[in-house]
Amino acid sequence: MDSAALWVTVKLALGTTLVLLLLGVPLAWWLAQARFRGKFLVEAVIALPLVLPPTVLGFYVLYALGPNSTLGRGYETLTGSRLPFTFVGIWIASVLFNLPFAVRPFVAALEAVDRQLIEAAWCLGVSRWQTFFRVVLPLSWPGILAGAVLTFAHTVGEFGVVLMVGGNIPGVTRTLSIVVYDEVQALNYAAAAQTAWGLVSFSFTALALTYALQRKSWLV
Amino acid sequence: MKASVYWGGIVLAAGVALGGCFGRGNTPVGRIVRVAAAADLQFAFDELARAFQTAHLGIGVRVSYGSSGTFYAQLANEAPFDLYLSADIDYPRRLIKQGKAVAESEFLYAVGQIVVWVPERSALDVPWRGINALLDPQVKKIAIANPQHAPYGRAAQAAMRHFGIYAQLQDRLVFGENIAQTAQFVESGAADVGVIALSLALAPAFRQRGCYAVVPLEAYPRIEQGGVILNWVQDRSAAELLRAFIIGTQGRAILAQYGFLLPQEAEALAR
Repeated sequence: MDSAALWVTVKLALGTTLVLLLLGVPLAWWLAQARFRGKFLVEAVIALPLVLPPTVLGFYVLYALGPNSTLGRGYETLTGSRLPFTFVGIWIASVLFNLPFAVRPFVAALEAVDRQLIEAAWCLGVSRWQTFFRVVLPLSWPGILAGAVLTFAHTVGEFGVVLMVGGNIPGVTRTLSIVVYDEVQALNYAAAAQTAWGLVSFSFTALALTYALQRKSWLV
Repeated sequence: MKASVYWGGIVLAAGVALGGCFGRGNTPVGRIVRVAAAADLQFAFDELARAFQTAHLGIGVRVSYGSSGTFYAQLANEAPFDLYLSADIDYPRRLIKQGKAVAESEFLYAVGQIVVWVPERSALDVPWRGINALLDPQVKKIAIANPQHAPYGRAAQAAMRHFGIYAQLQDRLVFGENIAQTAQFVESGAADVGVIALSLALAPAFRQRGCYAVVPLEAYPRIEQGGVILNWVQDRSAAELLRAFIIGTQGRAILAQYGFLLPQEAEALAR
């Protein structure tokens, strides 16, 4: 297996999961708590990355981050480097693309926490911040972990967005999924099967782990 | 208060993470030419790059294969490649118009050919019947590349029109995303016959597995494969050496071996 691609893949998947835990959990908590009229609109926006074909989404991200856009130019003036075709570029694209895969399980997990327990904590004088860490998180962690594992696995298998924004550069933006695709295109079926087998066994483990964690009891 | 500390921490962490990446762009060590090459060059260019590196020790070639159209969109956003080898001269010309490359760097390196291809197990006598084999009643599905964006697909469609058989075949066509996928449709047996690039039919993986008939050049518009050196090239002299090698004697010999015609040969054949 291509070790440079393996490293890029692991880095990207861990980085995406980390960012989505840090940004996604507060966002999900806000969505689970908030009651306002426009909430359905926010939910719809978060689910949007599910709609577009990944290469098309990648195409728009490419233009949004590229030197022809205000955002891309702003980043270049600030840092002196460009976003597309760099690791940071595919990292940002991957966070955007995985938003629904993280936030939706998080919201479901947080909504399932009994409201009465939260209110009881508040009545006992525990701050909102502490209530979140000492009551809500301990009760919802299997769901949050499930969302994190799903995000990780989905990033590993992501192809279209990473190819478009990353430009298939070995050691920088070429992930295992792109390696498999390249091998199939090059008719190297044996090499493709080897990498694909690695990806499939990894994904199986990740998904089995997710479902095992969601199981309430192991008695049955 | 604490929430603001949390968000402040996130912004800080993001800043540090991004900061860690500054200046560590993809600056290669030593001399290297970064090539974005059309997928149909896959087999020929691997060999060509090896020959180039033997002839010019000390210059590395790093190649990415993909669809010419995807590379075009990426290069319009200044993707870090030095040399672009497109399957269609139109894309490099558009980059020149956009000021991403200079007109002097444009070059024509090959003319692509299409063939009718069937796997070995097929009962269809393609080598003898040529493109008319497509009309055989036992042919249920014919694979071609998507004519909307693949030059080889456009050529296949044009050739069928040229021989006046397109209307009869239209309902039996299936479209591959690119020429390699088209070949896989046929090789897997999902389609009975396909129109693919000669370079693919001659590729090591396909050479033993099927037989083909070359479609006459005058039946379709010339598939002119051209390239450019991008304006943001890192090592211009190395990129120019590689370009000279591709259109030089050695490069052309390798391209010819993989079924690419040289532009002058195509002219001679057409006459």
